[in-house]
Amino acid sequence: MRRETTPHARGGARGVAWREPTARVSRGTERRAMRVLGAVGAVVALLMAASPGTAQVMDDEIHTFVLVDRFEYAPGGDARPLEWEALSWTGGDYNRLWLRTEGEYQTEERTGHVEVQAHYGRLVAPFWDALVGLRYDAPVGGEAGDGRAFLAVGLQGLAPYLFEVAPFVFVSEDGDVSARLEASYHLLFTQRLIAEPELEVNVALQDVPAHGVGSGLNDVKLGFRVRYEIMREIAPYVGYSWTRRFGGTADLVRAAGGEAGEGAFVVGLRVWY
Amino acid sequence: MPATPPILHPARAARATLTRRDFLQYTGAVGLLAGLERLTPAWARPTGPESNPRPTILSGSDGPIDLTIGKVPISVGDRRAKATAINGTVPGPLLRFREGDEAVIRVTNELDEDTSIHWHGIILPNAMDGVPKVNFPGIRPGETFEYRFPVRQSGTYWYHSHSGLQEQLGHYGPLIIDPAEPDPYEYDREHVIMLSDWTFEDPYRVLARLKKMPHYYNRQERTVFDFFRDVAEKGLGPTIRDRLDWGRMRMNPTDISDVTGATYTYLVNGLAPDSNWTGLFGPGERVRLRFINASAATLFDVRIPGLPMTVVQKDGQNVQPVETDEFRIAIAETYDVIVEPAEDRAYTVFAEAIDRSGYARGTLAPREGMEASIPERRERPLLTMADMGMDHGAMDGMDHGGMDHDDAGGRGMPGMQHGHGHGGRGGMPEPGHDGHAAGARSAMAGGAAGKGDLRPPGTLPEPKPHGPDGHGPGQAGLPMMTRSRLHEPGIGLGEDGWRVLVYTDLKAVHPNPDLRPPDREIELHLTGNMERFMWSIDGVEFSDAEPIRVEYMERIRLTLVNDTMMNHPMHLHGMWMELENGHGEWIPRVHTINVKPAERVSLLVTADAPGPWAFHCHVLYHMDAGMFRVVHVSEPADREVQP
Repeated sequence: MRRETTPHARGGARGVAWREPTARVSRGTERRAMRVLGAVGAVVALLMAASPGTAQVMDDEIHTFVLVDRFEYAPGGDARPLEWEALSWTGGDYNRLWLRTEGEYQTEERTGHVEVQAHYGRLVAPFWDALVGLRYDAPVGGEAGDGRAFLAVGLQGLAPYLFEVAPFVFVSEDGDVSARLEASYHLLFTQRLIAEPELEVNVALQDVPAHGVGSGLNDVKLGFRVRYEIMREIAPYVGYSWTRRFGGTADLVRAAGGEAGEGAFVVGLRVWY
Repeated sequence: MPATPPILHPARAARATLTRRDFLQYTGAVGLLAGLERLTPAWARPTGPESNPRPTILSGSDGPIDLTIGKVPISVGDRRAKATAINGTVPGPLLRFREGDEAVIRVTNELDEDTSIHWHGIILPNAMDGVPKVNFPGIRPGETFEYRFPVRQSGTYWYHSHSGLQEQLGHYGPLIIDPAEPDPYEYDREHVIMLSDWTFEDPYRVLARLKKMPHYYNRQERTVFDFFRDVAEKGLGPTIRDRLDWGRMRMNPTDISDVTGATYTYLVNGLAPDSNWTGLFGPGERVRLRFINASAATLFDVRIPGLPMTVVQKDGQNVQPVETDEFRIAIAETYDVIVEPAEDRAYTVFAEAIDRSGYARGTLAPREGMEASIPERRERPLLTMADMGMDHGAMDGMDHGGMDHDDAGGRGMPGMQHGHGHGGRGGMPEPGHDGHAAGARSAMAGGAAGKGDLRPPGTLPEPKPHGPDGHGPGQAGLPMMTRSRLHEPGIGLGEDGWRVLVYTDLKAVHPNPDLRPPDREIELHLTGNMERFMWSIDGVEFSDAEPIRVEYMERIRLTLVNDTMMNHPMHLHGMWMELENGHGEWIPRVHTINVKPAERVSLLVTADAPGPWAFHCHVLYHMDAGMFRVVHVSEPADREVQP
């Protein structure tokens, strides 16, 4: 969880989004979230330490993977947003601690939104990790509102026909239920020039106007990015990102003076280690 | 460019055998010639930019051999690197024994981590086998460990570290044992050709990268342009179907090697292709080449354009001579071939990596400084649905259809018909024919089948659909059908219009003394999840697995079933495996067997060596990821007296 350094905050679920009455994130909320995340981490560490050790073969080595899948800037848009999406795992073949973060920051208005998740993940099928953990959303900058904590349950894996898929269900601390599906695909033009179409869909069961959420289909986001792998670990990219909001969510955005749909060219960097 | 002189048999007159004194005189002479007695004789002398000291020859017949393991700066091609070297060279010294010797080898560890040496393919007491945590604690930094064992066999072998990933960094060398009896094959001189793969990366980093992105080193994946090319060649429908088939299985048909020429430099006797290791010959001489694949992760396809090769030995065991133009040498295998270069010209020894991402190269020449043209690399092959155990009998164009199968079943000799429909290879034995002999023999040996309903020894396994056990999340994708593929040359081979060695070509020189049918069959599935770089046996990694328990002197049929789409060279320590390739009593003995994708291979093992023995895939990174077991043979005392 990062301590916000900017004076203004503004919430948004990836991309230019809804406005809301804002206030600073309370220290209490943050500490509460940190404690819960810490507990999850401790449980995962215990689970992973439980596997037996042998020296001859290193099949129970712990590895750590960090992927900043998107770190990008949209130079053309009004808000000139900076966006990111990153994940990491630490663990062995079966049990892993997963961390994810995504968010955006409007460089013109100096407001933004951060989402952080921590999960325990277990390989349950050859191509699938089942994840359970917590998500914490917080506005950044401005007169930011309260953050929200969620219980998160989901899957991460490779679906038939080579789609990378991550469906998640979230239950907020107030009992509001929402779901998200992310899917992406890789298309090689050359061994280094790789296109990645992406899809993200968010739905919610309840209206949560304070957080800009209407019930039903909230939004669909499509992306198409083409990266060049200078080396496997380092790949700058260009792409187009398009978002469309629906129903109550769109209404809330329009009421706040935003657009229901928007698109922008992006430039960014994908790195991992 | 200087070349390597012959190692022995300097004169044709010395054909039959080489005495110890001849050998020492010879090596001494070479030493004087080179003027650097301690660094020579060089069985792999410098020829390129490398200025490394070259490996020596150490005879173990006259007394103890001293080996020191340490970090040494070397050059590979024109780049500097740090190797984990034995006596300061990569490969380590050539160790030479005579059958009947008592080997005494003192190994000193000058690394700051543990090390070990395993004598690959040598039958020896359990405590001398050299696998840390299995046979002994390992050799601590600063310590010296004395290996001592009787040498009871002959042939071409090798030795290497069994600690961590040291093998990738140069910790290997050849081990040659001269037979007590005259060699059945005459030759005038010989050369050791040790193939290996070198990376300038830290091997632990290589492994970490594979764990995070298993296709990291695959720079030959199919692209959008390949799609259009295939549409033009095969039509839209078949191309789309092909892509959908692979996509549905979530597999990649270009996934042939985990670590490739994207990071590897391939070496002959420690020399990069441009450094051109050269072995000398006199035109008209019979030259024995002892090929050893000491790679961490590379299978090689070896040929010498213009020179047919007569294979006379695999894994140190003599086989009936088979002439061929190319052979695949899996990791840890050895093949001895005899060539007869008649012309006064150079010949290229070309060892192409199985995925065609690079090659190792050397030269046979009548004089130093010569070279022949280097062949073009072939296009990287693609896995087929046959490699996935799908579309049985159709994709590979071979006669494995229902008809043969029914036929075989009707004659009560299941599996015998494999290879029957496989024409087009000169000199290929008729497995079906030999199968008759095998069946007849085993009938004479007391019982047409093994105990219970096991099929006769020496026969090929029949095709079998995969059982209901999917091996859990450690196994991605299951072959519908697994079958014998011993008669197939393997992916990317056999389409070039020349002969390629297959496992069914191999026949022992002497009939196997033990014709007992197996007491028990142990079926092990080689499993993996390429998406996670997980490798295991029966879906269980080594650290979660129990040892495989075998009774002393029990005769086991070890059936290996490759459920993955990669080749796995499987190596059993301490005991021979007899490869059931349809030749009955002429069953060849091996220490390493390459199991092809979706293949079912059976081997007979007489458990005559008590103690815990390592059994593992010799792809270093597969072994390390968990494709490893201990086979524990009970002590003789645990068993009643033998009849």
